[in-house]
Amino acid sequence: MNDLGAKNKVRRDDYYYRLKQEIEEFLYDEAELLDQRNFREWLDILSDDLIYFMPIRRNVKFGTHNEKENTREGYDISWFEEDKWTLSKRIDQIYTGKHWAEEPLSRVSRMITNIQLQNVKPTMQEPCEVGIKSRFLIYQNRSETECNSFYGKRSDILRLESGVWKLIRREIILDQNILMAKNLSIFF
Amino acid sequence: MAENDNYSGMVDGINGLIDRQIFSNEKIYSIELEKVFTRSWLLVGHETQIPSNGDFITSRMGAESVILCRDSNGKIHVFLNTCTHRGMKVCLYDEGNTATFTCPFHAWSFATDGKLVGVPHEKELYSKSLNKEKWSLIEVSQMFNYKGSIWATWDKSAPNFIEYLGGAKAHLDFALDSLDGSEGGTEVFGGVHKWISPCNWKVPAENFCGDSYHNVSHISVDMVGIGPSAGSGEKGRRDNELADAQHLWISFPGGHGIHSAMKPANNEYIEAYKDNPIVEEYYRHCYQERELKLGERARIVPFVGTIFPNTSFHGRQPRALCSWHPNGPQSSQISRFFLVDKVAPKEVKDLVRRYYMRYAGPAGMTEQDDMENWNQATASCSGAIARRFPFNYQQSMGDYKINDPVPGMVSTQMTEENARQFYKCWASYMESQDWKKIMSHPAQTALGNDT
Ligand code: FES
Ligand SMILES: [Fe+2]
Repeated sequence: MNDLGAKNKVRRDDYYYRLKQEIEEFLYDEAELLDQRNFREWLDILSDDLIYFMPIRRNVKFGTHNEKENTREGYDISWFEEDKWTLSKRIDQIYTGKHWAEEPLSRVSRMITNIQLQNVKPTMQEPCEVGIKSRFLIYQNRSETECNSFYGKRSDILRLESGVWKLIRREIILDQNILMAKNLSIFF
Repeated sequence: MAENDNYSGMVDGINGLIDRQIFSNEKIYSIELEKVFTRSWLLVGHETQIPSNGDFITSRMGAESVILCRDSNGKIHVFLNTCTHRGMKVCLYDEGNTATFTCPFHAWSFATDGKLVGVPHEKELYSKSLNKEKWSLIEVSQMFNYKGSIWATWDKSAPNFIEYLGGAKAHLDFALDSLDGSEGGTEVFGGVHKWISPCNWKVPAENFCGDSYHNVSHISVDMVGIGPSAGSGEKGRRDNELADAQHLWISFPGGHGIHSAMKPANNEYIEAYKDNPIVEEYYRHCYQERELKLGERARIVPFVGTIFPNTSFHGRQPRALCSWHPNGPQSSQISRFFLVDKVAPKEVKDLVRRYYMRYAGPAGMTEQDDMENWNQATASCSGAIARRFPFNYQQSMGDYKINDPVPGMVSTQMTEENARQFYKCWASYMESQDWKKIMSHPAQTALGNDT
């Protein structure tokens, strides 16, 4: 699930770094859209067949992590197993001005780091699909003194659609067991 | 005010006034752990979470960690997750399978039936003193497997679970029975929501025992539409299967509060789950089957409810059992598992699973807004000035009937009666009343006769 990097060591040549820079800019632009609360514009960078998945994570015995640590996409209850439709509903909900968990809106800053490419298809020279690993550190401050910090890992896949990158898959591995925040009312 | 132990005075049902301190006071909180949570029946988990011998999950009763496990003979147990030697947790995992629980500290080991089976250097160090029989894991005093859901209490003298549930059983059944009306037959999805919310545990427990007045707080999600027919253009946070039904708010002995509804005599099926024809067909089929099986009883359809003190359920959309674990006067640790018919086709399981996720819990579009309200309402209760002013629980005072049109203390209009009865019962626990007093209730006599 998270070991794509080990399995698909990509050659780190000039093409790699050039593409990486482009992808980094994409991810920073995305974070900027969300931090600036341009939610509807954010929707535009999501592909129509997006999968947006955040499992619940369990404490399990050593040796059973691969199979049991995270809830399974397609079978279990997770924190999120969404598509573009549900994400657009979440945004519509904010726009009602009556979504009390985000009204008034939270102040959020997203730091995206440790960006590495993997699984570039078909070639690094002419990529159409790119797998990306990264880390996130998200600070949420809401109401008067309520603060949450979310740390974790993301595995994204971007696809070139009519010449622009679109997010087709995002797996969010939040480094928490019992969720410490009362709500997950922000986007990751 | 907490100093005088006059808990009945703090929850004045006659005038509909409840002292804010019961939601914030440290001392009251610690007394609750002792008086409410060591006596009442608490939800621990579900048998389908531990299908094989040696399977276990960890859960919680009150503020303490417990292990729910199936021993090597298939028998289900609930143990306090603490070593009898020096208290270390003997189980550090959310779930798994094991032959023994071996304590990480000094390695005493306990079989899955709780027996102490291994003590390092036992012969040399303990030959004269240790009676191993006496040092098993601490097991609950009563446990009950009700249609797969596992409940337990630390009080030997508590009424058995069925008696404790009383008339609320008929409503809890709707969450636990199959949609077609056959007994039991539900299973739990993998993945348990567990989160921490800065609210007193009683606030959400009360919310689920029939606070329909807070409907308006969900207006955002109702405007947007996220129900199982939302893809087909329906608004609302769920499909309105109760459009033609008479809503009922029912309080039962033991403090349980239920919000169900009664369909008209013709009990017509209202089309729902329109986003997938296979799912719609399943619900339609089950609806008709249920009517054949249950007859008149099928007119009652579930909404939500709270089994005193801290277990709540959603009966249908979504369908889940939830515990509001006390975690400090102004904090709750919440856990919720979701139910589905075992025999439901994959399409049904998939659609409801996705619906549950977008509806409920800290990532759910509906419950997020609850959390915000519960939390800020709780926070208000510690204000030096605010706590001088009681909360108003005067809605629909006296507007109830006994056993009409269904068993229990029933209101046919929105009411805070369920909450008033919930807190009255809470005060009986807090004042160490006997079980007879705890179970005394306006609907008691008539119900007592038909159990
Ligand atoms: S605390 Fe468990 S063996 Fe000592
Ligand atoms: Fe609610």
